[in-house]
Amino acid sequence: MASIVAAEATRESVRRALTGSRRDIRGAIFRLLLMLTLFVALGVLLVLLAQVVLDALPVFRERGVSFLTSDTSSLASRAGIAQGLLGSFLLMGFVALLAFPLGIGAAIYMEEYARDTKLTRFINTNIRNLAGVPAIVYGLLGLAVFVRLLGALTGPDVNGRSLAAGGLTIAIMVLPVIIITTSEALRSVPKSIREGGFGVGATRWEVIRSHVLPSAAPGILTGTVLAMARALGETAPLLMVGAVTGFLATQGGLLNKLGSQYTALPTQIFTWVKKAQPEFQHLAAAAILALIVLIFLVNLTAILLRNRYERTW
Amino acid sequence: MTDIAGGQRVFAGLTLEELRGSPARRRRERFFRGLFFLAAFLSVLISVAIVLSLAGGTIDFLTKVKLPTLLAEGWFPRRDMFSVPTILVGTLLVSLIAILVAAPLGLGAAMYLSEFASRRSRRRLKPILETLASIPSVVMGFFALRFISPQIVQKFNPDAGIFNLAAAGIAVGILVTPLVASVAEDAMHAVPASLREAAVGLGARQRVTTMKVVLPAAVSGIVAALILGVSRAIGETMIVAIVGGGTGGSEFTTDIFGQGQTMTAAMTALASGSDAARSGTAYPSLFAVGLLLFAFTFALNMLSERFVRRVRKDL
Repeated sequence: MASIVAAEATRESVRRALTGSRRDIRGAIFRLLLMLTLFVALGVLLVLLAQVVLDALPVFRERGVSFLTSDTSSLASRAGIAQGLLGSFLLMGFVALLAFPLGIGAAIYMEEYARDTKLTRFINTNIRNLAGVPAIVYGLLGLAVFVRLLGALTGPDVNGRSLAAGGLTIAIMVLPVIIITTSEALRSVPKSIREGGFGVGATRWEVIRSHVLPSAAPGILTGTVLAMARALGETAPLLMVGAVTGFLATQGGLLNKLGSQYTALPTQIFTWVKKAQPEFQHLAAAAILALIVLIFLVNLTAILLRNRYERTW
Repeated sequence: MTDIAGGQRVFAGLTLEELRGSPARRRRERFFRGLFFLAAFLSVLISVAIVLSLAGGTIDFLTKVKLPTLLAEGWFPRRDMFSVPTILVGTLLVSLIAILVAAPLGLGAAMYLSEFASRRSRRRLKPILETLASIPSVVMGFFALRFISPQIVQKFNPDAGIFNLAAAGIAVGILVTPLVASVAEDAMHAVPASLREAAVGLGARQRVTTMKVVLPAAVSGIVAALILGVSRAIGETMIVAIVGGGTGGSEFTTDIFGQGQTMTAAMTALASGSDAARSGTAYPSLFAVGLLLFAFTFALNMLSERFVRRVRKDL
């Protein structure tokens, strides 16, 4: 046993004395291997972005921003993503107008009102199960309900394969995720905040409106914005409800657009990727670049919101 | 305090009626409670709608299909060949490759973030996984077609076609890695610090503490992470639809370097076909495959949920 003079007892000398001066080589390798997994993930990301940018370069070099403003076309030299962008924005409108209020409402019920009964426990399990259902299955739901059953309502002129059907499908798909993230945000609001409200005689809804929701708002906002970013790139359900063959009507008002054919950015990417000609691969890469930038912007908004308003209790 | 005045109970000068608050306020309270309950109950209706739409199409399919075609040599819906083994084995192969990629990557990352990284480097490293998680699957499919297939799979096996199940599996694996990492990290994070301190107090090194103490304590959560990864891989659609080949159908195959068909890819092929394919048996087969997929992922999710609950009970 090596003895150590107290004055010299630095952290290093104590460690050396305890480990008998042997270097922990296996430990170092183990640590390195674990770190490597994160570097592989980073490497994949960088290679992916490089591949996309390289493939997209010819399109942006030849066409410039006109690629973003031209309509869909079967000619690679003329095709653009204007309709895809508009379609994706309108789909996000459905998410914001339908999924946000419904999801937040459901979360409020589950966290603030529901007592621990069989029914609420069942609803809870059900929501978590819905979050695990593959996106493509939501597409089948949309196909059966919004396209076929309610087709006369959602899109009488296009066999139900309308923007409204697509928007409703996407909204239903993100609903469970929004409920779950909102529930987490509500749960992180301390009980004392609520009790303060009840203490001055407020009813439950008044406490929720004036105390709970303002306190949970940053968390709810971040969660819902992130859910929206995820919905932006979702492709499979839109294929099921027929976005791929459609082109958004450029004329007419919003109501006309809801009942007409449409396309979205991710489905446009899919159609182009599936074509063998290299020009279409380049188009796909350019559209992917636009989609990734869009998603990163949305995510950035969420992160900024979180940093700006986040509170720790 | 309490006295009876004219048959009414009075508390400190207030009647019970007054204490109850204004009727308008109570009405509003009931209204919002009901509104929020309806929102929550909607999720149950959605589940019912999913099951009904899948079951309806499946019954339609089963009444139309000739049963021997379910064991044909391949999956060619337009020629009335609905080989279930073809799409099941395709799905199995892709998810197997995916989990072989995602398990080491995801668990390694989780272990590093939870046990080795300082708080500061955690904050720097975690966005890597978060960014990876935000990459849409259609983009990952493009990457699989343009990079993974030619640069990795075809370098490894020059005979492989550009459309192959191996590339699809690798890409799906990368896609589910962040999910596996985040669930596994939560599980390891939930292991009480006292267990680690006890191990370190006995002279165990960090590697030994991680492998012999933290990992066994978090094993349920790690199993849950892997099951969830498989479930997500089974349901992953766009990657296989892009790089798996088999747009019109596929022969039965166990060759991961050739084209193949998974349940999800078969569904996109059916749905994006021409309207002529919407009649006959091909169209309802979409729902039958959907029901199969739903059943698989549902069972796996329930299983993983059970493992997660075991973690909570133990610790």
